[in-house]
Amino acid sequence: MISLAGRDILHGWGKFVFTGAGLGLLLGVTLVMAGVYRGMVDDGMALLDNSGADLWVVQRDTLGPYAESSSINDDLYRGIRAMPGVAQAANITYLTMQVRKGQQDVRSMVVGVASGQVGAVPGWPTYLTAGRQMTRSHYEAVADLATGFRIGDQLDIRRNRYTVVGLTRRMVSSSGDPMVFIPLKDAQEAQFLKDNDAIWQGRRRTEANPTFNRPGVPGLLNAVQASQSSNPYVNAVLVTVKNGHDPTEVAAAIRRWKRLTVYSRTQMEEILVGKLIATSARQIGMFLVILALVSATIVAFIIYTLTMDKIREIAVLKLIGTRNRTIAAMIMQQSLALGIIGFAVGKISATFAAPYFPKYVLLVPIDSLIGFLVVLVICALASLVAIRMALQVDPAEAIGG
Amino acid sequence: MLASKMQLRRLILFAALFPLVLLFFYVVLRSGPLAPVEVTAVPVSTQVIQPALFGVGTVEARYSYQVGPTAAGRIKQLQVQVGDRVKAGQLLGEMDPVDLNDRLQAQQAAIKRAEANVQDAEARQRYAHAQAKRYGELLPLKATSEEIVSAKRQELQTADAALVAAREERSRLTSEYTGLCSQQGNLRLVAPVAGLVTLRGAEPGTTVVAGQTVVELIDPASVWINTRFDQIAANGLKAGLPARIELRSRKGTLLSGTIARIEPKADSITEEVLAKVLFARVPENLPPLGELAEVTVDLPPAAATLVLPNAALHRLDNRTGVWRVSKAGVEFVAVKPGATDLDGRVQILEGLQNGDRVVLYSAKALTRKSRIKLVEKLSVGRR
Repeated sequence: MISLAGRDILHGWGKFVFTGAGLGLLLGVTLVMAGVYRGMVDDGMALLDNSGADLWVVQRDTLGPYAESSSINDDLYRGIRAMPGVAQAANITYLTMQVRKGQQDVRSMVVGVASGQVGAVPGWPTYLTAGRQMTRSHYEAVADLATGFRIGDQLDIRRNRYTVVGLTRRMVSSSGDPMVFIPLKDAQEAQFLKDNDAIWQGRRRTEANPTFNRPGVPGLLNAVQASQSSNPYVNAVLVTVKNGHDPTEVAAAIRRWKRLTVYSRTQMEEILVGKLIATSARQIGMFLVILALVSATIVAFIIYTLTMDKIREIAVLKLIGTRNRTIAAMIMQQSLALGIIGFAVGKISATFAAPYFPKYVLLVPIDSLIGFLVVLVICALASLVAIRMALQVDPAEAIGG
Repeated sequence: MLASKMQLRRLILFAALFPLVLLFFYVVLRSGPLAPVEVTAVPVSTQVIQPALFGVGTVEARYSYQVGPTAAGRIKQLQVQVGDRVKAGQLLGEMDPVDLNDRLQAQQAAIKRAEANVQDAEARQRYAHAQAKRYGELLPLKATSEEIVSAKRQELQTADAALVAAREERSRLTSEYTGLCSQQGNLRLVAPVAGLVTLRGAEPGTTVVAGQTVVELIDPASVWINTRFDQIAANGLKAGLPARIELRSRKGTLLSGTIARIEPKADSITEEVLAKVLFARVPENLPPLGELAEVTVDLPPAAATLVLPNAALHRLDNRTGVWRVSKAGVEFVAVKPGATDLDGRVQILEGLQNGDRVVLYSAKALTRKSRIKLVEKLSVGRR
């Protein structure tokens, strides 16, 4: 038995392939849109993965350090480290700012990482694509590739100049800003120490305050001013848990005895996905639904027109006694073939287009699979309308009008 | 004829679809989680590394002298300005004596009066002595009464005591005079050593309290750098090690120096070890005190061991280790890292063999299940 669908496709193959390609581009956009959502979630997950922490200790009653600002004393980590079940505890600071390189500036998240043996302290970039990890406790930086910086570049972060010694990849904040890692002490200074004018003005304000500038107490003013130019704060303490200990128990102990707020990995994911990117995610989800509807409508429309184009031939088929099943199968097969071509083109175009998006687009196989099934279902449903039309056609149309 | 036309069309269709299918499978296999991770590998090799320590510090003077009055008073004049070089013993300024000279004159007069009192007491004592002696000689001759002799002896004792009192009063007043004279000497603010004036704390006419700094001097030859080293990276720091000093204002110019001493007390708040670094030769144009300086201390070369770049070290399940390239892909091997140098090379003390190949750079984080593709250079773009 010959395949009617195959014959028909061969007959008008150009039209068929180009329709499939056009449909494919539409499906590509849909897949990319799903990828944008996945990318947003992945940015958040990458942030958590890269920190290398099991627990995040933050200022009490805040959703820090990513979703809210949090500030705790930088010596608290020592007490936390002594808690049972804690393997490592390291200070960390996060500051989203414009990092300058010469004339250009790049929006980045500056991460201050505690010093220590590479590979032993959480918070450090987990892998590099070039260069080396920082070895000096000041004025070195490891930057994400997305910043566009190269090894040896000089960066200006607030008051100091840093040399890029290493490059990493996919180290981003929850909003997709690439990270720049610098030593903790420098980062604390960058967060706190103002520009020179502000410092001078602050000193003059203190000088003008009669409480701090008393003639009978020489040295008081200097002491007050010295106390004003230090920053003993960090944003969070990253904690890793010893093997065999339950993170939730360790977290409960820290919460109880250190009176700080502690988040576990699951809680952090909830905060990032459920709170930080919730609205943007819903926005994209809405777009995705609209795109899916539009695609379905267009597929239905294309199949319908393709069938209508050969309504005369179908009438002839009916006239020569072709069974309804054969005609229905032909339309259904064509529709599914169109869907398959469209999906392939869509998948390919999405994959090749993804890297060019300014923010991360993550194409997940499961999304593609679901997409494929949905496309097939849509094509099948769309063909039903066309099949109904074809079966209703009067064989007399083949010879008549 | 018809068949061949159909066949041609079929060919064309397949020609169009075939690349599509190929491309599709390429895309599915070469992107996303199924794709192998590009990695570069390095062999572990035996090398000698020269560990070094890096710290920042500020320029300070080892010896600084705060010159000021020993008693509250008013400044009469100051002869030096900030930046002046002074010699040892040079007059820097003077305090206003106020009533000191008058008190000196009064004291001199009091001393003179005390001298006169002493002379008077001496005369009385001499007379009493003579009287006592005379009556004492008369008594054996029964020319006088016992009572009179006793009275004369008592008078002598009183005269002796009066003389002692007068003399002591004189020495008290003399001492007081000397005290006032030395106070007059203290009104002169004198440089204790040769040095550089760094502070003029008050201007003439200002009243200052005792001990308040009026002029501050430093010894320029004693300028050193108070350097802070992170405690975590201060192993091996000791006095006498050579250091390279880079002043913030003279970027690119390396000055040589040595570690003078490690402070016995570290800073427990900032978790830093403090060390003093001396210049081998103090720069001609003295760096301003308080200027920031970067100090690199070269430690003695470590014994040759297995060495890896620090980018190869990773952490998995609370263990530090490396991804070793094996036939099956990669395996995580726990290692014990040792000393590290500032170029990012780390000694590997345990866990690896010479010649093992380990992953250096990777296009994404590796897991135990990662498929890898060894390349010379990662082909990652901007993300």
